[in-house]
Amino acid sequence: MNKLVTWGNELYTGKRSYPFTSKHRLWFLIAGILVILSILIPVVKGGFNLGIDFRGGSEFTVSDVQNTDISIGEETVSSVASGSEATVTNIAPGTMRVQTERLSDDQTLAIADQLAKNYGVSSDEVTSNFIGPTWGEDVSRQALFGLVVFVVLVGLLMAAYFRTWKMSLAAIVGLMAVVIVTGGIYSLTGFEITPSAIIGFLTILSYSLYDTVVVFDKVRENTKDYTQQTKRTFEQLVNLAVNQTLVRSINTSVVAVLPVAAILFIGSYLLGAGTLKDLSLALFVGIIVSALSTLFVQAPMFHWLRHKDEDVVAHDKKMAAL
Amino acid sequence: MLWLLVVFIIATGVLVGGAVNGKTGWGPKLALDLEGGTEMILAPRVQGDEAINQEQLDQAVEIIRQRVDGSGVTESEITTQSGRNVVVSMPGTPDQTTRDLIQASANMEFRPVLITGGFAATPKEDRTPKEDLPKPSGKPENPSDTNWITPELFQEFEGYDCEVELKDRGGEAADPDKPMISCDREMGVKYILGPQEISGDMIKDAYAQLARGVNGSVTGEWVVVIEFNAEGTKLFADTTQRLIALQGSQNQFAIVLDGETISAPTTNAVISDGRPQISGGFTQESSQALAEQLKYGALPISFDIQSERQVSATLGADQLTAGLIAGIIGLVLVFIYSLFQYRALGLVTIASLLVSGVLTYLALVLLGWGMNYRLSLAGVAGLIVAIGLIADSFIVYFERVRDELREGRPLASAVDIGWKRAKRTILASKAVNVLAAIVLYIVAVGNVRGFAFTLGLTAIIDLIVVYGLTHPTLVLLARTKFFANGHPMSGMDPSLLGVKPLYQGAGKVRRFDENVAANRGKKNAKASAEAAKRMTIAERRRAQTEQSAGSNASGSTQAKAQEENNE
Repeated sequence: MNKLVTWGNELYTGKRSYPFTSKHRLWFLIAGILVILSILIPVVKGGFNLGIDFRGGSEFTVSDVQNTDISIGEETVSSVASGSEATVTNIAPGTMRVQTERLSDDQTLAIADQLAKNYGVSSDEVTSNFIGPTWGEDVSRQALFGLVVFVVLVGLLMAAYFRTWKMSLAAIVGLMAVVIVTGGIYSLTGFEITPSAIIGFLTILSYSLYDTVVVFDKVRENTKDYTQQTKRTFEQLVNLAVNQTLVRSINTSVVAVLPVAAILFIGSYLLGAGTLKDLSLALFVGIIVSALSTLFVQAPMFHWLRHKDEDVVAHDKKMAAL
Repeated sequence: MLWLLVVFIIATGVLVGGAVNGKTGWGPKLALDLEGGTEMILAPRVQGDEAINQEQLDQAVEIIRQRVDGSGVTESEITTQSGRNVVVSMPGTPDQTTRDLIQASANMEFRPVLITGGFAATPKEDRTPKEDLPKPSGKPENPSDTNWITPELFQEFEGYDCEVELKDRGGEAADPDKPMISCDREMGVKYILGPQEISGDMIKDAYAQLARGVNGSVTGEWVVVIEFNAEGTKLFADTTQRLIALQGSQNQFAIVLDGETISAPTTNAVISDGRPQISGGFTQESSQALAEQLKYGALPISFDIQSERQVSATLGADQLTAGLIAGIIGLVLVFIYSLFQYRALGLVTIASLLVSGVLTYLALVLLGWGMNYRLSLAGVAGLIVAIGLIADSFIVYFERVRDELREGRPLASAVDIGWKRAKRTILASKAVNVLAAIVLYIVAVGNVRGFAFTLGLTAIIDLIVVYGLTHPTLVLLARTKFFANGHPMSGMDPSLLGVKPLYQGAGKVRRFDENVAANRGKKNAKASAEAAKRMTIAERRRAQTEQSAGSNASGSTQAKAQEENNE
């Protein structure tokens, strides 16, 4: 702890400082490459691994199974609906998941019954899920709509609070980078995209901006009336703010990631695939990307947007003359 | 702090009162994925692919609600989703009757029966040879006219296998002006029906009742009574007038729902009062089911199942347990990290988190009671994620206090100034959270809502706790020796923070320089000055030399202390 606190002190006084703003070209380059890669990966890989909610189909989950033989599930499906392919997976200890193409309502019920019988569990242990092909689209369309509404509102809110649209713009540009890179990671790793993962993405938006607001508030505080002092340039003040909030940024990310990691672990280990796992995975990836983005994209971006402004240029000149 | 206690006591009182009186449970209401049950998402389909309007959607909800309630399912919930879909949630697994009733699309019509045939297709060798096929002798004169039956229609009729057709039935409405083939599941037959006589929307009401004999006594036989509107009454009178004179199948009229015959009673009398009675072999259930279908069958909206989910009670319980375990692990990890980072101050974090937890619990139970809010798995995930967001408010606050300590302020004033700064930041960042939650809640589909709701709720509770508990506690603690003197375990040890401690051991306490405080106070009027003051060592030295000419610099104690520490 001593070391961390001393480190915090040095960051605070400016004795130790990381070049978040001065090396902005490097950070933007890295971020840019990541964003481009994140756009290219899905194109090259032919899209995302979309969950059953987006493909449409029937899904069954059988709990408390003793014999986790995959063929039982496959045979059950083919006996009821001949010719339809079934994907059977043992997603967690004692839990089987059977996914098929879209079956009729009656077939879905019949398979649920048969699965219970063949796996030797009571029919209470079988969960069935029938998803029409437009359901996932509905969810994503609403999510996209939500994203746009949220970004517009939050942009206005931040512009009003910070009294400069440049902070809003910087925050939103960084936010887009977060969303795109998280998407890219999803495509690269082949994690399944489900409606729960979409909820996760939407939460990342909120988290990412939340994280940025705290840092920007310090930036606002440091740079308010900065023209009346000659100790630091505008850029140095922005950088100091990021450094001064660095300990907080790290603590925040750790504290935010810990519970999410707990859900991810429990969700994957105890339940297998499902709401908890999909949601926490998206959050886990997103929180880490967001925290990095605040430091390396959003804050330097604000400085970059401001650095050609008259007042900043004038102040820089005044400083250089000293 | 006091008002927090008041809120807490009132909420607990209401809950205890409600629970003792049996009006609410002790726990939050659980959603389907935690409790087990069935959820169907239905997309209404209007004839002619027109977009459905809000009024029709409301009507659809009302109809489905009545259908579900009528089927004896209790505690079902029917809601709309994003202005397009109808969501039906009910505990357990619905039986076939309920499912059919819910889905039953509502294109209802009355048609006369022309001929009756077997349920299955006639075997190829037994089919009527081409030359014997009925040939229309002229143009049909009324809907009951057998001239409607063309050779092609008859051939199709013979080859029509109801077993197959009923499964694949697209639900497309048949042309009301043309004859059609329709199956009757109940009777195990199929018919060729004439053109539509009366459409379903002319039904005013339908109900099941026990039939009355001639003398008005109850006979014990169940009948279904239909009430037509004026137009329907007139049309039905005309129809029965014609049918009564006909023999055999042609005496029957079929009540067709979405192409399928649900009943095909024979005509025993001319019904001119618009109140026909259908009788014959009904049980109470079957008569009521038919009445329900007739009553709500008139709506020209049908439903496609978009998604159907049946969650077993076992899986629901498993998910709840898993969510709770994950929550506890997450909470404990955050506790440990707080203690590691903030020592005794971490205890404040823990206490605040626990109080937030209790308040959230109370809010969930009361909202479940008052607004029928149900906690879903996504909601539980939202709560767990919120742990981190709540803890962050404390981190922002504590780091600000530390910043002020680094400036050399005594703890009490550091808490004071730090709070003023942190308050702004916390309010702004929570505003983003609440905004996100509201937007998500409004536009969201399905379980996104539960998630958004808990995120928003916890953001507000977080604010309540930071204002009502964390800050007052810190103010109180700042007065204790343990914290004010910067005990190494307090987490606010100034020497660790790069400041020479005010308490120097052996009873010697360096006094905080009031002049410095005063100067700072002035400077602090502007936040800008604040940043300027945070000098590098070199800057401080230079400032010192510049200043040294003046007073013997009582104000430089601080800078010196800083220097000593840094060396």
